[in-house]
Amino acid sequence: MQDKRKERIDRGVKVRSDTIYAISSMKEIMYLIGPRMGLVLFLLALPLVLPIYWQKVVSITAVYALLAVSFGFLSSYVGLVNLGGALFVGVGGYISGLLNSAYGLPLYISIPAATLLGALFCTLVLLPCLPLRGIYFAIVSFVYPLAAVRIISATGAFGGTDGIAGLDMIGSGYGSQYFIIVTLLLVTFGVSRLVSAEDIGLIFRGVKDNEQAIKASGLNLTMYKAVAVFIGALIGSFAGAWLAHLYGWVGMSLMATDFSILPLAATVVGGTSTIYGPLVGTLLLVPISEALRDFGTLRIVFYSVAMVFFVVFWTEGLLIYIKRKYEQFERWVRV
Amino acid sequence: MNNKIILRVENVSKSFGGIKAVSGVSFELNRGEIMGVIGPNGSGKTTLNNLITGFIKKDGGKVWFNGTDITNWPEHKIADAGLTRTFQVMRPYPTLPVYKNLIPPLYSARARRSVGGKQGDRKARAIDLLEEVGFERDAQVPYKLAGSLPLGYLKRLELCRCLALRPELIVCDEIFSGLSASEIASMLPLMEKLRDHGITLIMVEHRLRELFRIANKVIVLNFGEKIAEDEPKHIFSNEKVHQAYFGGEVTYVSEDNGLFASDQ
Amino acid sequence: MDLIIYGLINSVSLVLSSIGFALAYGVSRVPNFAHGSLYVLTGYMTWLFLNQYKMPYIFAILLSLAIAGLVGSILYRYILIRVRGMPISEIIASFGIGMAILEMLRWAGLRGGTYMLPPFIRGSIDVAAVPVDYQRIIILIAGAAVVGFLWVFTHYTKTGLSLRGIAQNERAALTLGIDSDKAATVALGFGSALAGLAGVLMFPLGNITVQSGYEVLIFAIAVSVCGGLGSWGGAILASFLIGFAQIITVTYIASHYHFVVALLTIVIILILKPSGLFGRQKELEERV
Repeated sequence: MQDKRKERIDRGVKVRSDTIYAISSMKEIMYLIGPRMGLVLFLLALPLVLPIYWQKVVSITAVYALLAVSFGFLSSYVGLVNLGGALFVGVGGYISGLLNSAYGLPLYISIPAATLLGALFCTLVLLPCLPLRGIYFAIVSFVYPLAAVRIISATGAFGGTDGIAGLDMIGSGYGSQYFIIVTLLLVTFGVSRLVSAEDIGLIFRGVKDNEQAIKASGLNLTMYKAVAVFIGALIGSFAGAWLAHLYGWVGMSLMATDFSILPLAATVVGGTSTIYGPLVGTLLLVPISEALRDFGTLRIVFYSVAMVFFVVFWTEGLLIYIKRKYEQFERWVRV
Repeated sequence: MNNKIILRVENVSKSFGGIKAVSGVSFELNRGEIMGVIGPNGSGKTTLNNLITGFIKKDGGKVWFNGTDITNWPEHKIADAGLTRTFQVMRPYPTLPVYKNLIPPLYSARARRSVGGKQGDRKARAIDLLEEVGFERDAQVPYKLAGSLPLGYLKRLELCRCLALRPELIVCDEIFSGLSASEIASMLPLMEKLRDHGITLIMVEHRLRELFRIANKVIVLNFGEKIAEDEPKHIFSNEKVHQAYFGGEVTYVSEDNGLFASDQ
Repeated sequence: MDLIIYGLINSVSLVLSSIGFALAYGVSRVPNFAHGSLYVLTGYMTWLFLNQYKMPYIFAILLSLAIAGLVGSILYRYILIRVRGMPISEIIASFGIGMAILEMLRWAGLRGGTYMLPPFIRGSIDVAAVPVDYQRIIILIAGAAVVGFLWVFTHYTKTGLSLRGIAQNERAALTLGIDSDKAATVALGFGSALAGLAGVLMFPLGNITVQSGYEVLIFAIAVSVCGGLGSWGGAILASFLIGFAQIITVTYIASHYHFVVALLTIVIILILKPSGLFGRQKELEERV
């Protein structure tokens, strides 16, 4: 039997480092920006080509993608594994709902206000947990939305189990779809700039990998964690507020475990090494999950299994795999 | 308060469960001196270090830095005041160029007061700092990946991270450990240079011979208690110290080689 | 008097539902977030064997417990072993599996009042003028028996001693020739069977619901966090603490708060004393 091994050769345009490219022609520029432009164009084209029912799915997918970006940012770049994304969604949704129904604020005021206030609120309630790390933070963040749901149903606050209905609705026309898609793109791009920035991005990495050195450098660790949580919560609260007005209703289901776990699954599937991983993961998972909605909870089974498969057997995630295939030749050579 | 004294530690204690890691340690340190902290393994040196720099909460006692009571300050505030430290276990950003490892400390409020807020300033300052501690600028060492550095350079990088803050006092936690004699020999002038620049140093060390060459005074810990404080050349005349290090009765103390032979 | 009796029963139920989780975590350091799903799965299997296959009750229970143990072992042996030592991945993987099992059951139609297990012995007895049904008495006895059995098992049998060795100092145990993966497999199997046991003991008090799987998981986490992750003795003490706290809140405030108490316990303990009330770990370890 002939022994073979797989040889991988970088394409000419890729240099040793991951982030440095040597570009010498228009073709190579296209080669590099092609996939990125492809993703942007794909997202922008979605509302135009999809049938009516699926247009609502575009909005929902974008909302989940925002949550996934928020999760990916906190877990991969700041080291805070936040299993309670539902808290951000719920808080954003409820604040926007209250502002809209009780104070009659129109939604173009209530959504931004809820984004800000919600992020502030979430940061404040998570503040005492920030010294915790790893599994401890994961557990405590997982518990927050569950506790919030139980407290709301026990006290009957904010409409209790019925929630608040009759909010102003966002239509599902082109305007709203493009708004959410562009927001998603801007947020993803912004977050990726933020984490690769040469000052604050490096500090976030230090917060994740080397708390000691950050503290000894005279940097306030808790403050930087709080800033990160605030950014994550801004994204999450906006998603929640948007969702509330998409349905015209807020209730306890805005804090459902779905909103915590599906973004996590998307991040795991897409890969954690860049902020685009969660985005790609969501674009893949959520449409399938929505298509399975007719089969009830089978969709949860679907994304749980996908999540387990990727976290156990394919940890690099899809995006890195695709990237490797794209940037390298592979061939079998005789040994 | 006397302006000459930069750090005053009074009766500092800490226990973990039932074990007294540090109990009732006091000392004063003059500006511009190098103080060694020595003691057998498990004598509480690193804990003392953590207590001074605020990384562990104190059970009791007080610490003054520059005449200010910093006993209950958080770590980052102590560092911001100019008292910083190195770590035994260094964790640089392995996938980043060396100079980028210094960006976070240069971003701190204390460093920005002296360096300025612009990103470009920080990069230039980082490379200057690296050169000061012996990274060859011409050999492009500041641009190499931090993960590829040999241990000696990592230790210097760690020191550099402290220097980025323009500190007044650095607590070095076993900065010589794991280095060869020649590597240490090249570090010694660096430490002396820092002292000449007015930076006070506390050096927690196992490498006594090298330490004693530069230290102005030494304190000895054993089972969490300070058992002696003296100039390096006199320290082993102290019976308690001798007993802690060698056990048993003092029989014969050789002037030079015999004493430190066990340390090699 | 009601308070004491109900508090006691509630506490023992908590011991039963969480001891498996605490045991598995103590030995393998794998937080088995599929714990709750095994609790429900065992109850469902017992129901299935009892009603579809007309097996005798005791046989149905034993068979389901055996399967639960097997599932737990397989879970570790073929899946969790690959992510061992990466706590976050362990949580994600085990929680994902648990969620898949639970939602699969929900999809298969596990809801409504059809799914009920009969009590072992019907009827009730007055204890100090408080009526207590026999099933609850059995829970008390079973809880005591499980704790007693575990104590004997971990102190006098070879397997048990090796489990304890791994729990206390994995590296030292490895040098003594204890296979840590084997021990973890046993521990997860054992923990899962204990989750199942809790299920078959407690489902006769109500319906078998998917939701209870998530609740039991939270209870197990609350108890383990409160007692100090990895400390079995602490878990038992914490069960009593939380158990009585729940009954007191339910009596004096409202029954809705039964679950909230457990959730708030987790948050408060983790914020104030992450090593747990009775944990042996140093405070530094989980923060540094």
